Amino acid sequence: MAEAFANELIKKENLVYEKTKVLTDKTLSYCPGCGHGTAHRIIMEVIDEMGVQSETIGIAPVGCSVLAYEFMNIDMQQAAHGRAPAIATALKRLMPKKYIFTYQGDGDLAAIGTAETIHACNRGEHFTIFFINNGIYGMTGGQMAPTTLPGMRTSTSPYGRDVQMMGNPLKITELVAQLPGAYYVTRQAVHTPSNVRKTKRAVRKAFELQQSAVGISLIEIVSNCNSGWKMTPRQANTWMEENMFPFYPLGDIKVDGELVKK
Amino acid sequence: MKELRLMKGNEAIAEAAIRAGADAYFGYPITPQSEVLEYLMSEKPHERTGMVVLQAESEIAAINMVYGGAAAGRRVMTSSSSPGISLKQEGISYLAGSQLPGLILNVTRGGPGLGTIQPSQADYFQATKGGGHGDYKLLVLAPSSVQEMADFAKLGFELAFKYRNPVMILSDGMIGQMMEKVEMFPQQARLTEEEIIKKYPWVTTGKTPDRERNIITSLILDPAEQERHNFRLQKKYKDMQENEVRFETFDCDDAEYLFVAFGSTARICQKSVQLARKKGIKVGLLRPITLFPFPSKIIEKLAHQVKGILSVEMNAGQMVEDVRLAVGGDIKVDHFGRMGGIIPMPDEIVTALKNKIIGG
Repeated sequence: MAEAFANELIKKENLVYEKTKVLTDKTLSYCPGCGHGTAHRIIMEVIDEMGVQSETIGIAPVGCSVLAYEFMNIDMQQAAHGRAPAIATALKRLMPKKYIFTYQGDGDLAAIGTAETIHACNRGEHFTIFFINNGIYGMTGGQMAPTTLPGMRTSTSPYGRDVQMMGNPLKITELVAQLPGAYYVTRQAVHTPSNVRKTKRAVRKAFELQQSAVGISLIEIVSNCNSGWKMTPRQANTWMEENMFPFYPLGDIKVDGELVKK
Repeated sequence: MKELRLMKGNEAIAEAAIRAGADAYFGYPITPQSEVLEYLMSEKPHERTGMVVLQAESEIAAINMVYGGAAAGRRVMTSSSSPGISLKQEGISYLAGSQLPGLILNVTRGGPGLGTIQPSQADYFQATKGGGHGDYKLLVLAPSSVQEMADFAKLGFELAFKYRNPVMILSDGMIGQMMEKVEMFPQQARLTEEEIIKKYPWVTTGKTPDRERNIITSLILDPAEQERHNFRLQKKYKDMQENEVRFETFDCDDAEYLFVAFGSTARICQKSVQLARKKGIKVGLLRPITLFPFPSKIIEKLAHQVKGILSVEMNAGQMVEDVRLAVGGDIKVDHFGRMGGIIPMPDEIVTALKNKIIGG
């Protein structure tokens, strides 16, 4: 009975959704509930919809998404920790017509790679940065990140982030938006269907901007890390809405080279 | 007709890089090599050949730009001097691990730390023994003239792509800053993207429907696979040792003693050979041109002929360890060196030969 139902379902005329071929068939290595998988999917879907798989090169960081190239069915390079924007700079300058993006986490982009991030943005390089901010170092086991919220517990801030002792979280996206080379800067999320749709529109806009060579585009995706936060996926999403979003508000920060007035 | 120019070593290598069909140069200012970037910027190579030249925000960014370009099969170069080369070591290790070609020039200055801006050869260990983390080797060329600064830019690119391995040109502040006559080779065309894809099937230029995606990475989490990768790298270094050893000898036919010296020190030792021979001391000179692979076999051979070897270096004694390994303990081997940016005089080298080898 169940088998007959399944066979009916997989008939081509009943097909309502198909995984993009720009994702590989490899099982994702991310924790269940993590936003990385969704972020990967919508970026690859945009590449598919634009028909630019053969013209796109991605740069993977060091962090949870170090193996992004296992899942993204495009040519990719794996960067040293934090150096993806330098690599992308060279690639885009040598191949200006190709679509180049980096995919980086908060430790990679906002701590060890701060100089590369700021200078690539300030030079107005013509590639796209995808910045996944979950406020923690996921891969190494939940240590404090540059974007860890005040009071937030991590394995290296076990009593909560004490800003007097450990410094403040860095709003690097707002910082980057101030730079003349930054053309499109936005902060999005991928934990609800409506957010996924908004993020996907932002991804498409960023890729299209690469054709007109107007400056860098940076899309921050505020995401959860339920493993690192020691929560269930549902708890983590709620906690993210209640704590991360007030500190890292969603929405466009800079559009067409102009700061968005709040 | 020959094209003769009078140039600084740093300028000659910059001009030669353009002519060797370089696709990009990424650098950061540091004395005594800033003329490389200055010359390239003033030459507008983007107009001459379409070559990309960019002043990076740091040596770290510059070497990673080399990584990015090399992974797309481009001929990419960077240059720096000792403290900046230390900063590049992470990127160099990644280049070696990912099997990427790249050309790195070190116009060495005295150290450790910020040291001095005067010439030195104190980065021999760093260049030949690894420098960064992990089991890897660079192919290291040691120019001793402005002419070789130019010639090695071309040779360096060729070797880097032949072995898919970073190549270092280990120069020093004297070769970089001095002016000499140099014969420039004619402009070589840059490869088109079609040519690059045909020649180097591993490049990340975009996954076309006719092939699987190309991945450039040095991450191999499975230990057995990582070890297989290590063996592949070691095989490559062995091939270099068999095929790429380069050296030069002066007055070695009847030599009873031998100087071993590289780079600018080898130039000084040529004068020392003349001075010593006037005094009746039959000494010859062996100049390693490749520091890795090291010319061990010729040194082993000469060790059967001479009574003693003096390794002359502008450091505290680094290459002398490789000379001793090549000799194997049968004859006396010692080191003479000056440090801190002091350049040894020809006569003090002869005195050192007398005191440390002949008299000792």
